[in-house]
Amino acid sequence: MSFFKTFDWFTLLMYLLLVVLGWFTINAASYTFDGASIFEFERPSGKQAVWFGLSVFLIIFILSIDVKFLKTWTPYIYVAVMLLLFVTIFIGTNINGSRSWIKIGTFSIQPAEFGKFSTSLMLAWLFSQYNFRFTEKGDFIKACIVVLLPVFLIILQNETGSALVYFSMILLFYRQGMSGVVLWLGACFVLIFVLGLVYGETLILFLIPFMAIAMFFGFLNDRRNGFIALGVVVGLNVLYYVIHRWVSLPDFIDRHFIYRWVGLLCCGGTILWLLWLWFYKRSNNYALVALFAAIFIGFHFSVDYAFDHILQDHQRGRIEVLLGLKEDLKGAGYNVNQAKIAIGSGGLTGKGYLQGTQTKLAYVPEQETDFIFCTVGEEQGFLGSAGVLLLYMIFILRLTFLAERQTEEFSRVYAYCVACIFFFHVVINVGMVIGLMPVIGIPLPFFSYGGSGLWSFTILLFILLKLDASRVNRY
Amino acid sequence: MPSNSNLVNRSWVIRALVVVVIVLYIVRLYNLQVVDDTYKIKANDNAFLTQIIYPSRGIIYDREGRELVYNQPAYDLLVTMRNVKNLDTLDFCRTLGIEREVFDRRMNEIRDRRRNPGYSSYTQQVFSSQLTGETFARMQEAMYRFPGFDLRSRTIRQYKYPIAPHVLGSIREVNQKEIKADGFYMRGDLVGDFGVERSYEKYLRGEKGKAILLRDAHGRIQGHYEDGKYDEAPVAGHDLTLTIDADLQCYAESLMHNKIGALVALEPATGEVLAIVSSPSFDPRLLVGHQRSRNYNELMNNPYKPLYDRSIGATYPPGSTFKPTQGLIGLQEGVITPNTFLNCSGGFRYGSFVMGCHDGTTAWTIVPAIATSCNGYFGWCLYNILNNKRKYKTVQDAFEVWKDYMVSMGYGYRLGIDLPGESRGFIPNRKYYSKNFGTDSWNAINIISISIGQGEILATPLQIANLAATIGNRGYYYVPHVVKKISDIEQIPDTFLHPHHTMVAKRHYETVVEGMRQAVLMGTVRTAGNLDAEGIELCGKTGTAQNPHGRDHSVFMGFAPKDNPKIAVCCYVENAGFGATFGVPIGTLVIEKYLNDTISDRRKPLEKNMLESSTMMYMDSYKKD
Repeated sequence: MSFFKTFDWFTLLMYLLLVVLGWFTINAASYTFDGASIFEFERPSGKQAVWFGLSVFLIIFILSIDVKFLKTWTPYIYVAVMLLLFVTIFIGTNINGSRSWIKIGTFSIQPAEFGKFSTSLMLAWLFSQYNFRFTEKGDFIKACIVVLLPVFLIILQNETGSALVYFSMILLFYRQGMSGVVLWLGACFVLIFVLGLVYGETLILFLIPFMAIAMFFGFLNDRRNGFIALGVVVGLNVLYYVIHRWVSLPDFIDRHFIYRWVGLLCCGGTILWLLWLWFYKRSNNYALVALFAAIFIGFHFSVDYAFDHILQDHQRGRIEVLLGLKEDLKGAGYNVNQAKIAIGSGGLTGKGYLQGTQTKLAYVPEQETDFIFCTVGEEQGFLGSAGVLLLYMIFILRLTFLAERQTEEFSRVYAYCVACIFFFHVVINVGMVIGLMPVIGIPLPFFSYGGSGLWSFTILLFILLKLDASRVNRY
Repeated sequence: MPSNSNLVNRSWVIRALVVVVIVLYIVRLYNLQVVDDTYKIKANDNAFLTQIIYPSRGIIYDREGRELVYNQPAYDLLVTMRNVKNLDTLDFCRTLGIEREVFDRRMNEIRDRRRNPGYSSYTQQVFSSQLTGETFARMQEAMYRFPGFDLRSRTIRQYKYPIAPHVLGSIREVNQKEIKADGFYMRGDLVGDFGVERSYEKYLRGEKGKAILLRDAHGRIQGHYEDGKYDEAPVAGHDLTLTIDADLQCYAESLMHNKIGALVALEPATGEVLAIVSSPSFDPRLLVGHQRSRNYNELMNNPYKPLYDRSIGATYPPGSTFKPTQGLIGLQEGVITPNTFLNCSGGFRYGSFVMGCHDGTTAWTIVPAIATSCNGYFGWCLYNILNNKRKYKTVQDAFEVWKDYMVSMGYGYRLGIDLPGESRGFIPNRKYYSKNFGTDSWNAINIISISIGQGEILATPLQIANLAATIGNRGYYYVPHVVKKISDIEQIPDTFLHPHHTMVAKRHYETVVEGMRQAVLMGTVRTAGNLDAEGIELCGKTGTAQNPHGRDHSVFMGFAPKDNPKIAVCCYVENAGFGATFGVPIGTLVIEKYLNDTISDRRKPLEKNMLESSTMMYMDSYKKD
């Protein structure tokens, strides 16, 4: 079959749509009421047009590479990019304390952007090796090393945001057979961290027994004992509520003090129940769940310590603002607050293209790059911004569809890597500007201004499209 | 290891996660953009700088169209910190005429965000406000040497003549209460303080215009929003034409100089106030510009209370000027006729009670009684009114009717002049006396002193002048007012355009007018009898109001000419003794000036005497209480 028949035109169309929308948005974000043309080279939109023109050549080049050649050269590409990342630590230009940019003449490139496709290729290569068994310890560690090496190097460049992207591979690992419990535990840790900081101990002591009991059903497959534990914990809480609500206690008894003991009783009881079942059923999984419940409690009590002693000031500031613990509208919270104002002022239908006042008047920081979604929100309103989010959703779902139709391990793993990276970028970037995520400076794919970003996402995507177009040839 | 086919289901978990997160984000967006309004307000606060363009305040003219109050340009010196470069501070201070320390202190004040919360180095800050013309001229020539500094013109009120401060009023900054009560005002706006500046504030102030400017994150102005589509031009305030005659006002003020009291001159046919003086007065220019607050405090602390508008705010016993009203009520009630003789045996005697009278040893009819201001006659007159058993069962019933007569003549309530601060005076009613006497069975003798305008009766000089006008009109008055015209379009309020008729018939007024005419020809006002030679047919009534706090007050009310009077006057001079000593000369000089435009040679010495004499030294005895 010919290339044109197997090529996924739908994804190409989505790509073009996002790039063009992004280009118009960059024009709006950098527009200053003076009526300058969208093509003016001095302006970001003009430069972005040039970047896009150049990426057409990049696309043609990628689509003309032989897949076999690509697979053979993957390890070398990975090693080369890793070396580049390493070198960047020393020769990178210092921008606000981060050394992730290399200056070549008037152009600057960010090698970390190229880490994404090379790491994805490397993972695909690793997983498609004949002897590779992901569930085996050694192979699992190999996969982890492939992911963590760029993380390590990028953190050394002081670009924590870009480094975090690689943790999205946890979804790929899950798809490739990693236990779902890991995903669940990860989610629990995030919940305990966030809720613990915001609402304090009481809620956490209330939640932990339920988190543990959930594993009776999802992990231990012991519904009977799960229901028993659930009944007891719910019963204790109801009893406490009844006492709290209808029984007047003497003044010297502090209600919070009582609930602390009710909570600890529930946690301790659940752990003891698990240990008893471990002893009785001789299944180590019960001990594992008991251990995690204990770790949750320990983790919660260590969060405050970590928060106060391990995090740096600006990180602590950002997290505090995100969690609404501190309204510091001129300091750490300024960016997010202005972003929310810009988006919130858009209303249902927005102020109209080039009519946004918050972005034009520079209230929103970095509005052409990390905060570009504000311009969409302000000028296109709820309909426009929700529409863009839906576009991304369709795009990412399409990528998972492409992944699942691959017959080869290499292509499928690579496709999932691509989907994970795009998903992570959208979730973190949009979450940041609408105040649901901490301020982590990563671009919104195809929207944020910048050549390195556009090229990186283009390479990432079109290698996938090339692999996808070649899939039928394997038969 | 689970086989790939088992793991395919996990792709649905991942897809579900993608969908759930995106849907959560869309819900969040819906809350931010559609449900929550606060962000829209904050965005406007951010981006729009609404600059108010102030309208020019209405000009105030006198009845002849002479400008009394106008707007004068004043200048503020503004500084934009960011643009201040290579400033020769010494040169700057010398040109502006300030000390180096003052300069440093002012610059630090501007930069101090605690004291100046709106500070931005990109926007203009007021360095010094209301520069004098001289300083402005000096600065303007040197401005090129001081980059970052700008001059801004605004207007302040200015007064052509140093007259009528109580009528004209002044303007001051609005207070917090006014800002809350009226959405028109913002901090720093100016508002009328008293006089017509206050009572006609809504006409004078005009409508503010606005320019919606775009302000960027650094506070820099980036032009007009939508090229000024939503900007509004200001609408200038309405001009006021007063009923005041500036010449007459000026003349009356100079006569009242060094006296404490008030003078009101009305045009009876319309109720227009020709002159209204409260003495001591002050120069309205004192309350302009940045010296306003200092001068205001000084005036506040002045023991003679120059800020107090005595002409409409002070309540005095009307004394004998009250007698004509008693005659009118008696005639209307039928208890006397023009031919009724009432006995005066050295005053009003009833049993052992005596209300003395200055001469009177005979019986009078009403005309000579008014002319000679006979206490006995009007005592018996009120006695007969209140003991009119044919009409009223009790004294109290008759008294309530008496009170209604007084109210119909404009006493006891505010007349409703278009100036703030009017008092209502005092006319007692039945309830008041019953409460004071502790019983409802008081009698006419108990309250007989009100018949001669003493006792509980209190009236403002305006009410007394209005009585003169009412008598001149033979039974009706227009509510006195000081504004003749609002701009060229707006009519003055309706209340000033309808006559108020009293409860007394016109023919009875003719009798009283004759009494007041006789007073001039042969009675208490005869010192002004020489006005007839000047072609002025004056009618008048003196009053010597007994003052429990000190020396008697000197009162005169009158009008001229006798038929179709052109002017009615009340002159009230505190602690000046007999009505004939100050009230009559000042009141008649004002009438002569208005009708003849000049003072005859024969009366020049009188005029000189009045201009130069002072009653201020009697103030101390007044102050004792």
